[in-house]
Amino acid sequence: MEKFTKVSGVAAPMPLINIDTDMIIPKLFLKTIKRSGLGKNLFDEMRYDDNGNEIESFVLNKPAYRNAEIIVAGDNFGCGSSREHAPWALKDFGIKVVISTSFADIFHNNCFKNGILPIRLSAEDVAAVMADAEKGENARITVDLEAQTVSTTDGTEIKFEVDSFKKHCLLNGLDDIGLTLQKADAIDKFESEYAERMPWS
Amino acid sequence: MSAKTLYDKLWDAHLVDEAEDGTCLLYIDRHLVHEVTSPQAFEGLRTAGRKVRAPEKTIAVPDHNVPTTEDRVNGIDNEESRIQVEALDKNARDFGIHYYPVDDVRQGVVHIVGPEQGWTLPGMTVVCGDSHTATHGAFGALAHGIGTSEVEHVLATQTLIQAKSKNMKVEITGKLRPGVTAKDITMTVIGLTGTAGGTGYVIEYCGEAIRDLSMEGRMTVCNMAIEGGARAGLIAPDETTFDYVKGRPHAPKGAQWDQALAYWKTLFSDDDAHFDKVITIKGEDIAPVVTWGTSPEDVLPIDGVVPDPSEFEGGKVDAAKRAIEYMGLTAGQKLTDIKIDTVFIGSCTNGRIEDFRAVAEVVKGKKIADGMRAMIVPGSGLVRAQAEEEGLADIFKDAGFEWRMAGCSMCLAMNPDQLEPGERCAATSNRNFEGRQGRGGRTHLVSPAMAAAAAITGHLTDIRKMD
Ligand code: SF4
Repeated sequence: MEKFTKVSGVAAPMPLINIDTDMIIPKLFLKTIKRSGLGKNLFDEMRYDDNGNEIESFVLNKPAYRNAEIIVAGDNFGCGSSREHAPWALKDFGIKVVISTSFADIFHNNCFKNGILPIRLSAEDVAAVMADAEKGENARITVDLEAQTVSTTDGTEIKFEVDSFKKHCLLNGLDDIGLTLQKADAIDKFESEYAERMPWS
Repeated sequence: MSAKTLYDKLWDAHLVDEAEDGTCLLYIDRHLVHEVTSPQAFEGLRTAGRKVRAPEKTIAVPDHNVPTTEDRVNGIDNEESRIQVEALDKNARDFGIHYYPVDDVRQGVVHIVGPEQGWTLPGMTVVCGDSHTATHGAFGALAHGIGTSEVEHVLATQTLIQAKSKNMKVEITGKLRPGVTAKDITMTVIGLTGTAGGTGYVIEYCGEAIRDLSMEGRMTVCNMAIEGGARAGLIAPDETTFDYVKGRPHAPKGAQWDQALAYWKTLFSDDDAHFDKVITIKGEDIAPVVTWGTSPEDVLPIDGVVPDPSEFEGGKVDAAKRAIEYMGLTAGQKLTDIKIDTVFIGSCTNGRIEDFRAVAEVVKGKKIADGMRAMIVPGSGLVRAQAEEEGLADIFKDAGFEWRMAGCSMCLAMNPDQLEPGERCAATSNRNFEGRQGRGGRTHLVSPAMAAAAAITGHLTDIRKMD
């Protein structure tokens, strides 16, 4: 996995609440057996009309936000289906950070597995970053994972919390499976004791 | 020893390792796999030269993409769907995991097949690359939905990296009124707490009204824990659970049954166990409900009216405006005046035999409304066979319903069963998101009995007023 350290880029404001994974990547595009290539269909139903033409008013179709690397969203981002295609699509499009007041659990987890940083901030802080993002290309928001800060254009620095293990993995680009397999002995030991305790399982 | 919740007990029994920073490694008893969220995980294993660590604990079944027409034995027309199902066939074979192919009578929606075959047992950890894995919590099993990277992780290590959630108790006291079902309970809870109300929690449902539910009803309740944002839903196992499990193909037998049963009887929350959040609802206060909007939290009693967006606060005002527009409704409109084009009965929420019995009771001897498209899709081939044996299928067909083969079908419309733009559906499934049942389609979530009533009358209907 690619290492994640610092991102400085344009942030797309999406003030809608409850943006679900069906909106992020409609099921039509879940039929792939690959991880890549989903970026062109990110937010498909909001982004294109029935004839496949871009809907001008949608934020990621606006010239200022076409290269956005950050999304600032309303409450409860990523709810709904567990599809990892959602972070795959975000990543393929070039999104590296999503900022909201809250995230659905599975989506939040899935982000970290794919080098995307979901940042939870207070409603006030999200509103401040959202206001900055509304400025378009003139605004560049900087996210520093090491320091755990989000900085807006005017230099305001906002601290955020992140699970220390997840931070470590993102910073070093570590693959979970490799890490867990280092504990193979503990798993073996547990498994044999467990089989004795619960032979029916 | 301090008092523990059911969730604490399940967690402790599966804890393999706890790192200093609190990151835990949890042992997984059952890993369910379907065709949509697994191909990339198996590919990852191949690339890294890894095996499935415990193929005997891994069960695969195609459900999301499969057509539900009887001619499906001749193959799947849609090329991408076919490729996904073929990939699952191949992966199951190559990695030696249990498999129920499309032409097996036991095939069905993964969350119906697991319990039916006795793979899901009390006290287990169950995961699947699917958010409605929450369903299995009905057995007092800790059941999580996971992403594809985690699917790969479980395949390779039989463990999952987890942080512990908080404990939440949802108690439904007393009895339900006539016409009120498990679906109404679970939707009412979401209406009250919101789709993020359970975020960070594992919910344990308890109280007399929950105890009174059959296993089918309990599965319906836990199924939608995820719509409430929870990591998992749980119901402590009891005699109802043990009766359901006993004799299932993969349930323990003989001395092992006794040993298992003794353990399962210890699976409940201790009297003085601590819950971080408690919600209590009186069973008698729950009405038959329906969703009016595009979020599962947009729940109202059927005798209500479409709300005015100004009744809400914050971000919900715009969300409600958008939802009402998408749904083609007007504020103040009576919910029972909403005309329905299509009825979908099925899914892992309500695709079990008890659901179909409830439908049969409503539609017996009646005909669906003129121009109505009504479809019943069993949750598994075995549910289908049982419904045929009990004579339910004939009742459905006589009333004008299409009687389909098992699968997810119009719950998420990845197969050909889809809504047209603007088409309005009363559905027994669990999500009413924009486009969920087909681009531009409009979904009202209801119980099986209410879906049946809508099919007959042609509009959303209060089941209590059906004769
Ligand atoms: S029936 Fe619907 S909710 Fe259940 S697994 Fe299938 S698609 Fe998901």
